[in-house]
Amino acid sequence: MAQQTLPQIPIKKGEPAYKLWIFEPGWKGELPLILNPRQLAEQKRAAILPGHRLCAGCAAPIIVKLASFAFRGPTIVVNATGCLEVATTIFPYTSWAVPWIHNAFENAAATASGVESAIKAFKKTERLPWDHVDVVVFGGDGGTFDIGLQSLSGAAERGHDFLYILYDNEAYMNTGIQRSGGTPKYAWTTTSPVGSVLPGKTQHKKPIADIMVAHRIPYVATATPAHWLDLMKKVRKGIEVNGPAFIHALSSCDRGWRHDTALAIEVSRRAVDTCYFPLWEWTPEKGYMLTDRSLSIARNPKLKQPIERFLEVQGRFKHLLRPENRHLLKDLQEWVDKVWEDLLNRAVNAPR
Amino acid sequence: MTELRGYKELPIGAVPFRLSTDYKTGDWRALRPVVDNNKCVKCMLCWIFCPDMAIIWDGEQIKVNYDYCKGCGICAHECPVKAIDMVPEPSE
Ligand SMILES: Cc1ncc(C[n+]2csc(CCOP(=O)(O)OP(=O)(O)O)c2C)c(N)n1
Ligand code: SF4
Ligand code: SF4
Ligand code: SF4
Ligand SMILES: [Mg+2]
Repeated sequence: MAQQTLPQIPIKKGEPAYKLWIFEPGWKGELPLILNPRQLAEQKRAAILPGHRLCAGCAAPIIVKLASFAFRGPTIVVNATGCLEVATTIFPYTSWAVPWIHNAFENAAATASGVESAIKAFKKTERLPWDHVDVVVFGGDGGTFDIGLQSLSGAAERGHDFLYILYDNEAYMNTGIQRSGGTPKYAWTTTSPVGSVLPGKTQHKKPIADIMVAHRIPYVATATPAHWLDLMKKVRKGIEVNGPAFIHALSSCDRGWRHDTALAIEVSRRAVDTCYFPLWEWTPEKGYMLTDRSLSIARNPKLKQPIERFLEVQGRFKHLLRPENRHLLKDLQEWVDKVWEDLLNRAVNAPR
Repeated sequence: MTELRGYKELPIGAVPFRLSTDYKTGDWRALRPVVDNNKCVKCMLCWIFCPDMAIIWDGEQIKVNYDYCKGCGICAHECPVKAIDMVPEPSE
């Protein structure tokens, strides 16, 4: 066992250990995946440091933090432009305790491909002091559904070994809440306003995770920070597979979704409880598999809640709860039901 | 025409070099989370969900690092036994 060279991130009792992740050359082991909360708090350090300037109550750093608890060893993070990147690296500060590279808005997956190829080349010429170095990308919905889709699709087609984590806050938040391909129908944004002419965005959300499934890459999953165990397990699976992996993580944004800062986790939970955002994973061998709460709902449909439960806490959907807009609400509910039914039909572990 | 500069002459690009832990975000806070460790059942959910890594578990107690806590209230909302209270910061 390479136990003695396991990277120690020493934690002194009572001292906040905000530490850089240092890996010693020659280290061959894998960081254990800890799922017990107490052990987690005692042994794991997040790859994102405090002092970042994301809004109070933003879900994006929670996703990064949880994902980093599942990192298996030396990891390089690639970050597309967006809130997460801007607010964690305001010059001269950085909130990243792991090697990190920023690139333009549209090419996170291309950058990751390059990083991964460099790792391979180093390995070939024996200049890499570690067994494996993982590449993890964080990209926003604007950077993934829209502007970065071709580089992501290309990287998936070429089969580079990296994990792409989409933190989906359902609009271009960093530039002031513009609608994206990830914005759901009837949501208010600054470019899909609500008024006498428009009821918010008039198109549905793009099925980005299904698009990645269509690439038949080794691993695709959806996740939310509220279902933290599920998210951590999925991140580890995505890192461990050979080839591209993709995780679509719902990331609430209190500024853009117009909800109280304390509700980031609550609203993610409601997204799953209403089947607005079902939790599943897909592998070429097994196909679609429901996980966590969504599996419980499939087994006991009584647990499924009406879409209002998700909408009612968010200002961006406030107009949908007015009596004159009941038909819009019904339309949205029917869409959610349809997509959920469709998933139930495809999921191999859904009761028949 | 000025000579084009090669890569050796170019300044190093933007390399953020200071840890953001040098930048205290605690003064953003309007509400202050106060933990009642007698009520706390040590489930660690607040530690898991805090977006600012401002919850500290010292092996015995849950503490808040007020240097960074932005007062979002997620910890108080998610605490299953309501051991965290959000109290207004005194205004100056
Ligand atoms: C090519 C290009 N176009 C536009 C921008 C301006 N820009 C910076 S961040 C951003 C929004 C990013 O949205 P998203 O990817 O959803 O991330 P979020 O900020 O919502 O987390 C935009 C449009 C840019 N940096 N580069
Ligand atoms: S605007 Fe939204 S996504 Fe961006 S930092 Fe604020 S809460 Fe997070
Ligand atoms: S109020 Fe928010 S930032 Fe402060 S400790 Fe609680 S969860 Fe963390
Ligand atoms: S969430 Fe509440 S009970 Fe759980 S560790 Fe935090 S303060 Fe204690
Ligand atoms: Mg976004």
